[in-house]
Amino acid sequence: MRKALEGSQAIAQTVALCRPQVVAAYPITPQTHIVENIAKLVANGKMDCELVSVESEFSAASLVLGAASAGSRTYTASASQGILLMSEVLYNIAGLRVPMVMTCANRAISAPLSIWNDQQDSMAVRDAGWIQLYCADNQEAVDTTIQAYRIAEATELPVMVCMDGFTLTHTLEPIEIPEQELVDAYLPAFEFKRALNSANPISIGTLVSPDHYPEARHSHHHALLDALDEITAADKDWENLSSRSTGGLLSADGPENARIGILTLGSIYGTLSEARDEYDDLPATKLIKLRAYRPFPVDALRIACEGLTDLIVLERALSPGFGGIVSSEVHAALAGMSTTPRIHSFAVGLGGRDIPLEIYRKLHQQIDVAEPRPFTIIDVALDRLPVEDRGNNRVAVTDNHEVSDA
Amino acid sequence: MYGIMTMIEVRIHGRGGQGNVVAAYLLATSAINEGWHAQAFPAFGAERRGAPVIAFVRINHEPIKRRCQVAAPDFLIIQDEALMNIPSITDGLKPGGSILLNASKNSEHYNDGNTASNGNKNLITLPATQLAQQYLGRPVPNTALLSAFLRLTDLLPQSSLIQSLEERFKGDLLDKNIALIKATAESIPNQLWKETTNA
Repeated sequence: MRKALEGSQAIAQTVALCRPQVVAAYPITPQTHIVENIAKLVANGKMDCELVSVESEFSAASLVLGAASAGSRTYTASASQGILLMSEVLYNIAGLRVPMVMTCANRAISAPLSIWNDQQDSMAVRDAGWIQLYCADNQEAVDTTIQAYRIAEATELPVMVCMDGFTLTHTLEPIEIPEQELVDAYLPAFEFKRALNSANPISIGTLVSPDHYPEARHSHHHALLDALDEITAADKDWENLSSRSTGGLLSADGPENARIGILTLGSIYGTLSEARDEYDDLPATKLIKLRAYRPFPVDALRIACEGLTDLIVLERALSPGFGGIVSSEVHAALAGMSTTPRIHSFAVGLGGRDIPLEIYRKLHQQIDVAEPRPFTIIDVALDRLPVEDRGNNRVAVTDNHEVSDA
Repeated sequence: MYGIMTMIEVRIHGRGGQGNVVAAYLLATSAINEGWHAQAFPAFGAERRGAPVIAFVRINHEPIKRRCQVAAPDFLIIQDEALMNIPSITDGLKPGGSILLNASKNSEHYNDGNTASNGNKNLITLPATQLAQQYLGRPVPNTALLSAFLRLTDLLPQSSLIQSLEERFKGDLLDKNIALIKATAESIPNQLWKETTNA
């Protein structure tokens, strides 16, 4: 039955259904409600786990690393500066091939200080060696959290479930929380073959000489590539049980004859899909929802892009001094297709700037050009900047007020 | 007969501590309890008591996928009379849209063209703070305003609001809130804004 729940509340209830034995987290907006709700469930006796309050995100990540290494199913959650403070440990968790699940309540990174949503934080740890799955709505976040444990434990890789802060975490909407029996049937108890065990002592995290380091990196890289199949299978199996699919690696939605595609990660997908219905005077458009970002589903993306002449990559972060992060990978992934679409690289909604339906029309206007423009923050209001800070690319200074008035 | 023909969008203005987000959540929960689709979310500024806070509610008969803020609301619920002095408070209000304002003065006072409502004929005041003080012993106007809103719009039955209160509160606080919303509903004209919701 669908219940009216705030996204964070739904995630807390879902985590409880996954029966983690150890949870450690440090509060940071907009992740806080998730951990608060877990604390309530534990205090009310509805969740049986060791909940540890720690003094920093570094400690939270270290604690779950230790607990998971000892064979516990674990959970943590963070965002923004918290993810950055954890980053050293995040690399260790992945490099040590310790399975666990964490939620990233996506938020912008300082400076300038912002508590609001974009995806710069999870992008900053793109190369930590975690699986990263992005959620388009709260139901997907619920279903993905459950699948994440399955994927993590099958692949011995940690999984970061990325859900947009505020836009999902603080939104109340109808959400179906699965029955405990269903989750139990899907998710057997965690048995970590390499768990630390005093009866059979081993060391982990030791110094690795040049004789072995490249081999460890090779196997980690290939474990991530191999995880593509597990991500697909985990979604299929969950769909068979729950009748809900979260889209596997990626999903493409739109008419067969569409020549324009828009690729997104996260909750902007819903806004674009309603905008497509609303602005039906615009050319047929395929919406590509990239769910698995690491590992990157190159083959699935190439199939989804067949027949497209233009692909807009609309992302919620950037690599300053270069431009689009996801778009550069899409370029690489699509290189060598018999007909490669023109790729247009835009960022939008940085630091929580509202993303209105009209952005969809603006995107269509912006690609009606002889050559794709350089990377552009599509909703930037250049007139709010001193002239000397507006950059050379002033092509985008068109009616941006309508889109960007926050 | 309760019905939602097109998407209803509501913007709730208040101050930190007045239960703005709770009001949005309660309204959306009531709609979901009645089988509708709904969405409620805040637009947080600095999170501190007294600061102006905005929250949004959408209600529809089909799933709501958009995540943008409500730019052109059908209704405004304003929890603090002083917020009427902010010229942008009614920005985007749809033509024929309505305003429910927590104020002790009667509606005509705001229909003189001097305040932000700009002579809006569809402004109704409710002395929600006094009612809350009387029934709850606390100046929290949100549940009284919601009760009046449901009464004016006939959007959802009062029982749906009672159900969502039961999911959030219990004991004495719940009983007092139920008494408050029942008393409020009796003081407000029924179905005055029904046409807006069925437009």
